[in-house]
Amino acid sequence: MENKNAFNEPLIFERSKRGRIGVDVPRTTFEQKELGAHFDKAVLRGDLAGFAEVSEPEAVRHFTRLSQWNFGVDSHFYPLGSCTMKYNPKVNEVVAALEGFAGLHPLQDESHVQGALRVIYELEKYLCEIVGMDCASLQPAAGAQGEHSGLMLIHSHLKNRGNARKKVILPDSSHGTNPASAALCEYTPAPLNSGPDGLIDCGALEELMDEDTAALMITNPNTLGLFEKNIKRICDIVHNKGGLVYADGANLNAILGKTRFGDMGVDVCHMNLHKTFSTPHGGGGPGSGPVLAKGFLNPYLPGPRVKLSNGRYSVERENEKSVGMMNAFFGNFGVYLRAYAYVLSVGAEGFGDISDAAVLNANYILAKLKKHYHVPYDTTCMHECVISDKLQKDAHVSTLDIAKSLIDRGFHPPTIYFPLIVKGAMMIEPTESETVETLDLFISAMIEIAELAKTDPQSLQNAPVRAKLMRLDETAAARSPNLRHKP
Amino acid sequence: MRYIPLTTDDREAMLSAIGAASVEELFSVIPKEIRFGGKFNIPSAMAEQQVLRFAKEVAGSNFPASSAPSFLGAGAYKHFVPSAVDQIAGRSEFLTSYTPYQPEISQGTLQAIYEYQTHVCNLLGMEVANASMYDGASALAEAVLMACRISGKHEVVVSNLVNPRWRRVVATYAANLGDAIVETSDHKAGKIDAKSLAEKISPNTAAVVVQSPNFFGNVEDLSAIGDLCREKGVLFITATAEALSLGLLRPPGDFGADIAVGEGQSLGLGLSFGGPYLGLFATREKYLRQAPGRICGKTADKEGKRGFVLTMSTREQHIRREKATSNICSNQALCALKTSIYLTLTGKRGFAEIAKNNFYASAALKDKISSCGNGVRKTFDLPFFNEFLVDIPTSAEVLNKRLAEKGVVGGYDVSRDYPDMKNKILLAATELTTMNDVDMLMETLADGK
Amino acid sequence: MECPDGLYYTKDHEWGMEENGILVIGVTDYAQGELGDVVFVELPEEGTIIKAGEPFGVVESVKSVSDLYSPVSGEVIEINHDLESEPETVNSSPYDRGWMIKVAMSKESELENLLSPEQYVDFIKTL
Repeated sequence: MENKNAFNEPLIFERSKRGRIGVDVPRTTFEQKELGAHFDKAVLRGDLAGFAEVSEPEAVRHFTRLSQWNFGVDSHFYPLGSCTMKYNPKVNEVVAALEGFAGLHPLQDESHVQGALRVIYELEKYLCEIVGMDCASLQPAAGAQGEHSGLMLIHSHLKNRGNARKKVILPDSSHGTNPASAALCEYTPAPLNSGPDGLIDCGALEELMDEDTAALMITNPNTLGLFEKNIKRICDIVHNKGGLVYADGANLNAILGKTRFGDMGVDVCHMNLHKTFSTPHGGGGPGSGPVLAKGFLNPYLPGPRVKLSNGRYSVERENEKSVGMMNAFFGNFGVYLRAYAYVLSVGAEGFGDISDAAVLNANYILAKLKKHYHVPYDTTCMHECVISDKLQKDAHVSTLDIAKSLIDRGFHPPTIYFPLIVKGAMMIEPTESETVETLDLFISAMIEIAELAKTDPQSLQNAPVRAKLMRLDETAAARSPNLRHKP
Repeated sequence: MRYIPLTTDDREAMLSAIGAASVEELFSVIPKEIRFGGKFNIPSAMAEQQVLRFAKEVAGSNFPASSAPSFLGAGAYKHFVPSAVDQIAGRSEFLTSYTPYQPEISQGTLQAIYEYQTHVCNLLGMEVANASMYDGASALAEAVLMACRISGKHEVVVSNLVNPRWRRVVATYAANLGDAIVETSDHKAGKIDAKSLAEKISPNTAAVVVQSPNFFGNVEDLSAIGDLCREKGVLFITATAEALSLGLLRPPGDFGADIAVGEGQSLGLGLSFGGPYLGLFATREKYLRQAPGRICGKTADKEGKRGFVLTMSTREQHIRREKATSNICSNQALCALKTSIYLTLTGKRGFAEIAKNNFYASAALKDKISSCGNGVRKTFDLPFFNEFLVDIPTSAEVLNKRLAEKGVVGGYDVSRDYPDMKNKILLAATELTTMNDVDMLMETLADGK
Repeated sequence: MECPDGLYYTKDHEWGMEENGILVIGVTDYAQGELGDVVFVELPEEGTIIKAGEPFGVVESVKSVSDLYSPVSGEVIEINHDLESEPETVNSSPYDRGWMIKVAMSKESELENLLSPEQYVDFIKTL
């Protein structure tokens, strides 16, 4: 990796100097009334303590330099498993910036915002079509909020039937947001251990499933990158005892155009537009986590609903059965506007090509790394593959060391130590955006690391040496938290 | 398709390496009965120029408040966004990166988060802040949940002058956790009555929630409410919907807020039809372990060089799972960056000046309203920031229609949320409001009917 | 890996030392090794009544969190306040200065359910 900038960038507060300013505030054209005449002096703020004072060029230089110490999909291969770091198309950015969208106030009259309502209405429809569901809400601002909403749909539905249940079954491979979201609905998590093949064990599920279980939360393909081929039977087992099936759509990229949650028997699911639908990750958001469901759950959907009648779109604020609102307005409109542009760009025929390439790329990596790394489940994977550090353990080289060594070779590491059921897991998701040349470079790097584990493990344990910083002391950060600059 | 680089030759070579005959074979694990064989009932693929043409058409059918005179506030505000904000935030190193799990190669994002946390603490006058939440409303909901966790009690007293949409979100989150919301009835008075607030506090109360400036734009007496909370031993939660007010008014931290949340949209984020916005969240250091969301901290690397890392992660879902302080994973990082840039550019003097310009514009509007006659008068004689409620001779709906005919975006019809407050309109004026805008509004108001 | 004599052990990797009806409790060397650098220990308040097998606190490292399970029932009469400012003591001295709580036992017979040092060593071998 190129060492682009050897210098350090101070905090903006350290650059600050009295008298500098980064905006020219125009003089008001209104009368400059006396503040004290309108407000009680006790509520008026004096000096804005701690605020920075810099000029515009300094601010731009500061943030530009900071940006140079980041890895993004635009600059590096970013195989973070479960995150689907695919290419973020630039046309989506142009669409989102159009003033006719970006300048809309969410409370404007319906007649002013027909185009925006159309985007919401149509995107809901398209997303439903892609996963085989009947209705959707785009309001949840991220996957976790989508899960939270989905579980609330289930909760309301069952409560309405006079059958409120207390448990939710969660596979031990589930993403942490699953049990955390379940807890927000006061569901007790009932853990289900995966079978020896990494899949849900139907026998174990049958034993665990009872009439006090509201739902099973699954991810398909699961977090090991494996397709739950018994999904129909799994759904039947749950439905037979009156429960519902929730699918976490984080891994949707693997099955686009190949199979749909609705056809599997799933009742409600969420999607991550910032994963499958190419919207940028932004350093940690904003994302968007629409929740989609079968028709019988329609009345419970959160947020304002957009209706179409006689060619006119209208907003139904909320019906009384709705679980409520997940955030103040329509959700992350700017994000799903990008997803809308993506769906139009990919089109009806294009989604199958995405899953083809994503799955091919992941299997290629798996095939090439098999001889060098331990593969906990040696079978065809979907869009991501999981390997572990088992073969390197004797040399005292861990997954962490391998990840840090990849940094020195110009790659963002894969997801590490997840899923929890594989010790020392590394989850690699290349996505369909990568060339085979990039994959080959990554594979070579991984093979080189495996060799060094045998011949020079210490070089790996010292990594990274070519990044801006070496390994950071996370223990000190947690023991004595320093979370803000103090003047 | 231009987003997928694999060629036919590539695929052949890869399949050979894998030992599969075709790509279809890789999907053979999917049972035939659920295999999707059809075509999606969605439009055919559009080339880039077609997407743009279509998008411009659809966008063109809208009438954005950003390019017209507008008096609409009520939780989202039209403010100036300096050009550098989007230019910087649009850099792909910021835009296309993800959560900084590998700190050594994410120092840009991490330092930006640390600065953002500092900005939020300065803004709200609080000790610690997290790396962001989805928006002000959901941040408030999380604050309520946190207060219940800290106190072990399950009831919260909320002023009904907190933004109605925010209250709805709080209710949504609280409903499934058995946390009860007790609302006050302050709307007729236009501000909180401390005595009746005190009466609503019971031994089961975890916290009191107030918004200032409140939904009607009026400034609440945070000093008195803070004192009351301390006296009653309940937590004091404040909500700030119009963050620009903090350039003029003393922050909640000065009044002893235990948890302070807010909406960052006014600070460098456009209107964007309601999102993505930004949830500001800050609290006292002693409650840190109960706080939700990601947090970035300062530390050093092996060679002693200063760096930043995500820390206190054991509170979060990926470690604590069902016992996590929140289920939040992705937050609003890029929006937090934009707000950081905005606060950096405006800075100590600029931010205060812009806040003052908001005040001058709304004070001028208030004067015009007061001298309008014709059944038009400011509803409350209370200090306000940016927005205030006005009695009008017709409904807000009718007035807004007449304003729309003139190409003006009117105010907010509060009877949508307070059914006993008809024939009133909530008007907002910001630093972008011009004399001409005000004149157009006053013309229509003076017109009668 | 240390496993001192004269202590009781549990499958949850806690140790107990008996002193006149009081059990001093902490986590084992194996536990602190698995946890990594301890950054925070959450202990119950003095006076809390706890039950055998139930969680009484939490020990956190940078990347993980573990519940602490009580080997016996009784009243917490003392907690180790030093761990608030020096949680790393759990790593450096798990059996001595890293002790966590002292419980006045309500049912001394519960000690019979605990493991001997040899049994604990055998148990670890199976992990």
